[in-house]
Amino acid sequence: MGEALEQPPYKAAPVAPVLYIKPPNTYRPHGAEVPVPTGVEALEVNGVLAVVIGRTACRVAERNALGHVLGYAVAIDVCIPHASLHRPAIRQRCRDGFLPIGPWIVARDEVADPDALTIVVSVNGEETSRYALSDLVRPAAQMIADVSEFMTLSEGDALLVGLAPDGPRARVGDRVEARIDGVGALSCTLVAEASA
Amino acid sequence: MRRARVAFGGQVHEAVVAHDARTLRLADGRIVSEQDVVWLPPTTPRAIFALGLNYADHSAELGFKAPEEPLVFLKGPNALVGHKAVTRRPADANQMHYECELVVVIGQTCRNVPRERAYEVVGGYTVANDYAIREYLENYYRPNLRVKNRDGCTPVGPWVIDRDDVPNPMDLRLTTTVNGQTVQSGSTRDMIFDIPYLVEYLSGIMTLSPGDLILTGTPQGVVYLNPGDVVVTEVEGVGALQNTLVSDQDFYSPASKSSR
Repeated sequence: MGEALEQPPYKAAPVAPVLYIKPPNTYRPHGAEVPVPTGVEALEVNGVLAVVIGRTACRVAERNALGHVLGYAVAIDVCIPHASLHRPAIRQRCRDGFLPIGPWIVARDEVADPDALTIVVSVNGEETSRYALSDLVRPAAQMIADVSEFMTLSEGDALLVGLAPDGPRARVGDRVEARIDGVGALSCTLVAEASA
Repeated sequence: MRRARVAFGGQVHEAVVAHDARTLRLADGRIVSEQDVVWLPPTTPRAIFALGLNYADHSAELGFKAPEEPLVFLKGPNALVGHKAVTRRPADANQMHYECELVVVIGQTCRNVPRERAYEVVGGYTVANDYAIREYLENYYRPNLRVKNRDGCTPVGPWVIDRDDVPNPMDLRLTTTVNGQTVQSGSTRDMIFDIPYLVEYLSGIMTLSPGDLILTGTPQGVVYLNPGDVVVTEVEGVGALQNTLVSDQDFYSPASKSSR
C-alpha cells in the first residue's frame, strides 16, 4: 500500500497483524464452485498458505510456535474487490463458498521451511500471480506467536498467510488454481450465484 | 423458557432455568442450585457477529457519524465466556470498557431472509458484554481482533430465552452497573439497524446457522474499568449477565479464587 499507509483513514502502518475471520460458511473442498454475486464483474482470488493448528496455541513463544502446527494446506481467499481496509469487509469476504481449502493437509515435518514457499495462482491455466512467502512482514512462527498472544488457536483452526496486495481477478466460468510446491494444488470454478 | 449450558458434576449439560432463576433442571432430570453450576456460553455458534456503532448516541459519544450500512465484525469462539466468569484486563490496558448488548440467537439454517419474515428464523435472545480496549484500536478492519476477539473478553448469557417469551425485542431497556452503580442506560428502540434489518442483511450475505449470535450494539455511557470491578449487563426481560474484571496477577496466580 506504500504511502497510503500514512494517509487517512489509516494514518499509520499497522502495529498488530491485520486480521479478519473467515467463518465456516465460507469453507469449500477442492474442486468446488464459488458463487459470484449478481452484479459483481470479477472476484479477487488470493492463493494463501493455510497453517493448520494441531495443538492448542495460547501465548506461545515464536521459537516454539511451529510445534503447535499440524501441517499445511492451500487455500484460495476469495473476496469482492474492495479498496478500503478501514472497516471489516464481511459483505465482501465472508460470503458462502469464499474459502476453498485443501486438497489435503501436508504434515508439518514434510515442509522444511514454510517461509520459503511460493504461491502461484493460475486462471484458466495461465499464471496470473506468483508470491514468495519470504516477502512477508512476519514469518509463520511469529504470526502464530503474535496472534496467540490475545486469541487462543485451537486444533483445526487455520491461519491463512501470504495474502498478496491487489490479488488476481477471475470471472464467472473461470477455473482458478492455487499451487504451492511441496504442499499441493487447489482449484475452484467461479459460477453465477443463482446457479450455485 | 430459558435454556442454559452449564458444567455440573464433571459434565456439560443443557438445562432449563427455573422461574426464580435459583435452580436449573438438567436434561437428565436433576434439579441443581444455580450456585453449584459453572455457567457456559449458552450456544456453540458457527458464526458470531457483532455490530459497531449501532446506536446513534454511542456513535456520537465516540465522535463518529452513524454508519450508512451496518458495521459488522466477526468473533471466534475463543472470545466467549459464560455468566459469572472473570475477564482479564491486561496490565497495559487503562481504557477498557463494557458494552451491554442484546444478542439475537439464530434458530434455524437460513439464507436470504426478507425482513418481514426475520423473526421466523430467530430462536431467542441472550445478553452480551462486548468488552473493548481502546488502546489497542488501529485503523485496519477496525475494530480489530486484538480489541474485539480477545480470549474470554465477550461474556454472554446467562441463558437463551425463547423468542416468543420476548414480545417486543425492539423496546427493551439496557442497563449496566459497575459495583452496583448504574453507568449505562438505554433502549433497544434506539438501534439504527433493527433486528429484522440485520437478519435480512446478514442472511443476504451468508448462510446463518442455529446457535449463531448477533450482538446488536451498545448505547452511550461507557466508562473505563479497573480490576476487581463487578460488571452486570442487563437486558429487560432477557437476563442479567455478571462478569468480574481481574488483573493479570489475579488471572494467572494459581492462588486466586476468582480465576476458576
